[in-house]
Amino acid sequence: MEEKKDIVICRCEDITLDMIRECIRNGADNLEEIKRTLRCGMGPCQGTTCMPLIRKELARYLGVSIDEIEMPTKRPPLLVTKFETILEGVEGEE
Amino acid sequence: MRSSANVVIIGGGIIGSATAYYLAGLGIKDIVILERSYLSSGATGRCGAGVRQQWGLDMNCQLAKASVDIFENLREELDYDIEYRQGGYLVLAHNETQVEQFKRNLSVQAKYNIPSRLISVKEALEICPYLDTSRFIAATFCPTDGHANPFLTNYAYANAASRLGVEINKFTEAREILIEKGRITGVVTDQGTIRTSIVVNAAGGYSREVAAMAGITIPTYSERHQILVTEPIEPLFQTMVISFQIGIYTQQVPHGSFIMGISEKEEPSHNINASWHFLEYMVGQAVQILPIFKRLRVVRQWAGSYNKTPDAQPIVGEAEDLPGFFQAVGFSGHGFMIGPSTSKVLAQMIAGQPPEIDVSPLTYKRFQTGKLILEPSVVG
Repeated sequence: MEEKKDIVICRCEDITLDMIRECIRNGADNLEEIKRTLRCGMGPCQGTTCMPLIRKELARYLGVSIDEIEMPTKRPPLLVTKFETILEGVEGEE
Repeated sequence: MRSSANVVIIGGGIIGSATAYYLAGLGIKDIVILERSYLSSGATGRCGAGVRQQWGLDMNCQLAKASVDIFENLREELDYDIEYRQGGYLVLAHNETQVEQFKRNLSVQAKYNIPSRLISVKEALEICPYLDTSRFIAATFCPTDGHANPFLTNYAYANAASRLGVEINKFTEAREILIEKGRITGVVTDQGTIRTSIVVNAAGGYSREVAAMAGITIPTYSERHQILVTEPIEPLFQTMVISFQIGIYTQQVPHGSFIMGISEKEEPSHNINASWHFLEYMVGQAVQILPIFKRLRVVRQWAGSYNKTPDAQPIVGEAEDLPGFFQAVGFSGHGFMIGPSTSKVLAQMIAGQPPEIDVSPLTYKRFQTGKLILEPSVVG
């Protein structure tokens, strides 16, 4: 369990396992608060890679089953979209 | 959970957390916060993160300046980096009428040592070189306005309150306020009942429902407002850019992403779902002021509630009709930025001390007497 300083869990925002464990120890007992404290899940992939891993970590810490840990909201537009593309879409409709 | 408390605060956003922290600092023991979801799940965690002092009314300037004084030292005071940065607020004037109004606002701001000033288009370009100069004729700028991370500010206050002994009950919902012979006797939650004689309504979007539990009618209502955030890019400019006329604001946060919001016509509701219409409208309006934004990429959008009052000013203080029932609600979209000072003043009132800023005009009774407070500088 030791020597895990350099394990990157959230690749979008560069968040390590150590940082996540510290955040949990400091009282974040749900994924929404971990996300809001560390930004994991706020990058382009919106937690697709990191959240299942953090969920497992949190469940282990709290001694509950993974199913009891609610996943954070995924927000539109799901795929990173250039402003220009959105504008073209608007013009195309007119 | 405690079975009795001196003060029960309903709501774990910035108002609830900061009020608990300041109350504990005044020596009040046995304080309980009830938050029905996670911390920062409501308006605080969904806000635009701006901190502005450029207001048109004395009391708002006082509260805003006092909040900035607190924000400037909050990292040290709470031992938590809240990503506070003073990059300024650039307020665009689109016509002469607005210039005249802003001049009047500046004279009020000057009374409270807020270092705002009227600037030309040329000076505005020195602060933000990417503005489309055909879109405005002048601006005001206050260099000590800025940004703080709302989540971290919320958690900083909550953690500090915890260290002072405040009990924070997350995922615990207040269901009923018990009253006997005109006095509060307790709060019923979904996790049990707490005996108390003092309740604080800090319920943000659900302020009217919580007031109703105490038999108090307030005219607050929730209205959806939306925001988007972009991918981080190299620093372009530090200032918040804002237009009251378009109802738009945008700022690059320390992380490198741009946050932006715009007011749309909405019916009162608790709807906090994001809409595609917002995305199109927001992007279309933003690129007109800042054409360089065409190359930005949106990562996420979200929605939250403004909890509004008929005059867009909050309700703060003890309810005249129910001793022990205190409220700090209805901030109408600027609760985060004036949260620190308002919470401090509210804590002083709860502790029976003279408040450092007179907020007596913010009584909910003004909606019956017609003494509304009309602030000229609000965003939608």
